[in-house]
Amino acid sequence: MADIRDGSTILVGGFGNAGMPARLMDALIAQGARDLTIVSNNAGNGETGLAALLKTKRVRKILCSFPRQTDSYVFDALYRAGEIALEVVPQGTLVERLRAAGAGIGAFYTPTGHGTILAEGKESRTIDGRGYVLEYPIRADVAIIKAFKADRWGNLVYRKTARNFGPVMAMAAACTIAQVNEIVELGALDPEAIVTPGIFVHRVVACPERSRGVA
Amino acid sequence: MTAVRWTRDEMAARVARDIPEGAYVNLGIGLPTLVANHLPKDKDIFLHSENGLLGMGPAPAPGQEDPDLTNAGKQPVTLVTGGAFFDHTDSFAMMRGGHIDICVLGAFQVSVTGDLANWHTGEPDTIPAVGGAMDLAVGAKHVYVMMEHLTKKGEPKIVRQCTYPLTAARCVSRIYTDLAVLDITPEGLSLVDIVHGLPFEDLERCTGRIARRQ
Repeated sequence: MADIRDGSTILVGGFGNAGMPARLMDALIAQGARDLTIVSNNAGNGETGLAALLKTKRVRKILCSFPRQTDSYVFDALYRAGEIALEVVPQGTLVERLRAAGAGIGAFYTPTGHGTILAEGKESRTIDGRGYVLEYPIRADVAIIKAFKADRWGNLVYRKTARNFGPVMAMAAACTIAQVNEIVELGALDPEAIVTPGIFVHRVVACPERSRGVA
Repeated sequence: MTAVRWTRDEMAARVARDIPEGAYVNLGIGLPTLVANHLPKDKDIFLHSENGLLGMGPAPAPGQEDPDLTNAGKQPVTLVTGGAFFDHTDSFAMMRGGHIDICVLGAFQVSVTGDLANWHTGEPDTIPAVGGAMDLAVGAKHVYVMMEHLTKKGEPKIVRQCTYPLTAARCVSRIYTDLAVLDITPEGLSLVDIVHGLPFEDLERCTGRIARRQ
């Protein structure tokens, strides 16, 4: 975390609290970087994880698909006070913009959002009789994600629906930091079952959690 | 003559009746979620949840909730035997790429040509949130809408042209309300089903012109 600079664009994993790297969010708060742009599906829940970071007012802008939730009161208050900028991106477009960044794609046409206010000001085009919108990659300085287990090479496996944005965000950032339950010996992860290969992961941090009757 | 509106559960059961065995189905948050309770237990119907699972089962027993196993509404769910987990790239490829057979969504308004408005009222003090609604609306093979026929103020929700911001244009194929089931066809609205005791003319009065009675 020590080298995260002010003004960075940071991807934060999770769908609500499932897959939210809450311990690393606490570390980012302690580290003190400010003027951040955050990319995450939601705009924080309750007062932990991403919501705790937002509460420090060190986030200038957030890109997400679904900011408003029953427990997003930290974000809601900042937004209504004009203290944070919001870019709403359809969820599938958010994912694909991240994938494009990770996969070296310059831009892509998607049918999602065509003919809606979210396509205003964007290039559109008809392909085979159907309308598409041009969307650009979201490249980030850092991705902070949560996985279940890692090994020393950074190979990752996830747990249930906590996988969500982890794999695609890991690809899309210059530096990916994964919070994991456990770091295991090389060879302990089944090579056929590794979800994120270590090439996409730069740092792993073991933060053991209460056992959940591992399945 | 008094018409009895379908209850929310009766609406859900009516939708469930139209879902064939083998279908991959995504149920939206709110009213559509009820459809899951009415799907026949003896048929294989695969429920998809945008946050990365196929084969979604019912809510777990109290005390069995797993914070790593939730649905699109972030509520705890279960996985049926044979179910699968995957990441968001795959999940939205399923949605946008035409692999989901049926999605059932709630709506603020649907136009007679199938335009859908269900994500944002456009009022200045509301915080816009779109989630996966636009991806489902453009990508599912069949988009069904499930909603009350009228707003709380008694205004029709089936309109000539949506006044709320669109989720997607010309995407809805069928509408289930508490008064009727209507198909959207190139010729206009087509009546599939109507609540007992409601005269066709009364339905048209709160719907607009219905081109055809099936």
